[in-house]
Amino acid sequence: MFRYILRRLLQMVLAFLGTTLIVYALMFAGQGDPIQALAGERPVTEAQRAYLTEKYHLDATGIGGFFYRYFDYVRSLLQGDLGQSLTGRQIGDILQQAWPVTVKLALIALAVAVIFGVTAGVIAGIRRAGIFDNSTLVLTLLVLGIPTIVLAPLAQYFLGVKWQLFPPTAGAEPNFYALLLPGIVLGSLSLATALRLTRTSVAENLRADYVRTARSKGLVKRRIVSVHVLRNSLIPVVTFLGVELGNLMSGAIITEGVFNIPGVGFNLFRGIRTEDGPLVVGIVSVLVVVYLVSNLLVDVLYAVLDPRIRYE
Amino acid sequence: MTDAVIQPTPASATPEGGHLLEVRDLHVEFRTHEGVAKVINGVSYHLDAGETLAVLGESGSGKSVTAQAIMGILDSPPAHIRSGQILYQGRDLLTQSEEQRRQVRGKEIAMIFQDALSALNPVFPVGWQIGETLRTREGMSRADARRRAIELMDLVKIPAAERRIGDYPHQFSGGMRQRVMIAMALALNPKVLIADEPTTALDVTVQAQIMDLLADLRQELGMAMILITHDLGVVAGVADRIAVMYAGRIVEHADVRSLYRAPAHPYTKGLLESIPRLDVKGQELATIKGLPPNLMRIPSGCPFHPRCPYVQQVCVDVVPHSLVLGDGRTSECHFAQEVLDDSAR
Repeated sequence: MFRYILRRLLQMVLAFLGTTLIVYALMFAGQGDPIQALAGERPVTEAQRAYLTEKYHLDATGIGGFFYRYFDYVRSLLQGDLGQSLTGRQIGDILQQAWPVTVKLALIALAVAVIFGVTAGVIAGIRRAGIFDNSTLVLTLLVLGIPTIVLAPLAQYFLGVKWQLFPPTAGAEPNFYALLLPGIVLGSLSLATALRLTRTSVAENLRADYVRTARSKGLVKRRIVSVHVLRNSLIPVVTFLGVELGNLMSGAIITEGVFNIPGVGFNLFRGIRTEDGPLVVGIVSVLVVVYLVSNLLVDVLYAVLDPRIRYE
Repeated sequence: MTDAVIQPTPASATPEGGHLLEVRDLHVEFRTHEGVAKVINGVSYHLDAGETLAVLGESGSGKSVTAQAIMGILDSPPAHIRSGQILYQGRDLLTQSEEQRRQVRGKEIAMIFQDALSALNPVFPVGWQIGETLRTREGMSRADARRRAIELMDLVKIPAAERRIGDYPHQFSGGMRQRVMIAMALALNPKVLIADEPTTALDVTVQAQIMDLLADLRQELGMAMILITHDLGVVAGVADRIAVMYAGRIVEHADVRSLYRAPAHPYTKGLLESIPRLDVKGQELATIKGLPPNLMRIPSGCPFHPRCPYVQQVCVDVVPHSLVLGDGRTSECHFAQEVLDDSAR
């Protein structure tokens, strides 16, 4: 297990370098004059130009110059310095403000998926082909079929504006209540997938041979379902939710955009829109690490949940 | 151990003259989308305290379904018990509530299954699974249940039981896994053990070890045992009586010696003749021609008639009664006496 984790960590280094390189290249490849982009509409004096050229090693051109600047960037990244955005703010500060909001939103979304998705999935799995099972099937297909870009404004309009059950937008420092509706919208997709997955898994495990054995041992039905079947059924569900939490942590561009939530996705989208290269690359670099680490954690968790899985 | 063991049989628990377990004229059908399959068509057999009954038959003959009906673990739907009685200590299990039947399962009648790998829960340690009924049904503490689980693992001769109690089913070999199953079934000291093809999934050498273990345990604990198998070789050393099943009926029922010496049903005769013999060289292996019947369209008359070498018009028209041949032997064949005479020759 230890060797496995070590190997995965080494792979992560490669994956990290690869993804940041690609994002770095894409973001700066299309840019004309980076100094003018930094300055925006204001004029740039020769002295400023010389200073910035020196600072960012812009005198080195071609592939060599690109890699020179890339490794320069990675070096400061490893020292914990994400650099400055074109607006002059420290990217580290931006993330420090944005991340707690995104984490809160992600946890609300995950809680929605677990509480409603898994519970309904278990019930649907036990009462397979019943009314509950069929109605949840229709509902989940509906949710899975509607893209967030449609679902989020609809929820905002009806629940936020028309019936005013929730605040329609979150604002600068959103509280739990303001994040609830966006969290539900964001979680609905995970909810639907978790429900389908749980339902299939429970239905399948109920037919397993070990259930027959448990019955022949004279165990009560409640125990057979809640201990024997559930413990097996939830292995794929927990794995899915782990991966999903990793995804949610990286921010939800659409949901955060629609509800005006100052989270990671919101900032990332703003960076892309304003062609703020350092901001986009900075955020994506951190997201890559979050994603890689959460995937490793899920794989380790999987081995803990299922004794048959061994990592060498 | 000598042969003259006084067996601690719970004879007092059985009403006078009755059997410990008795199946009477059981009819079970599977109602599926394709139609109704008549899986059990009037099965009757009995089991006395301390004895071993072997139930023999091909796949689909209904031997496992009968056992699951006794245990009350048939999946219904599709299974539906149409009629019959299953008497345990004189009480009909089929008229009892689910809660009453649950009390019987595991404690009075326990069952072990063919494939121990899938029959054991993959995510719990074996010791946990063996001790589960002790904790949940007997109210034992964790420590006591663990101690008892180790004892049970010792009883079924799993080496280093104490060290292996925390291992998971997949970490055991096939034979050891089946021993875990047996230990689990014995946890509540059942009076009847139903072994559903306990050795089918195992290597031949391991098969013999498991059968020996079951025979020893039966003697030691004074249990009665129903041994379900399709392997005639497995039966000979262990069973007292044999019930041969075909298309959901008991076609022949006899004690082991008489049946092996001279079968009284053409199907049994065919089965015995299809065992490869080591002492006769170069002989073509005899087989029973044809296939077992489709249970949705069981042939008229005697269900075996399309495959039977003794077939006459009467076999096509009339369902044979169970013919009593003396010594408690029965055969469901119009020509039972002829078959018996033929076999004895």
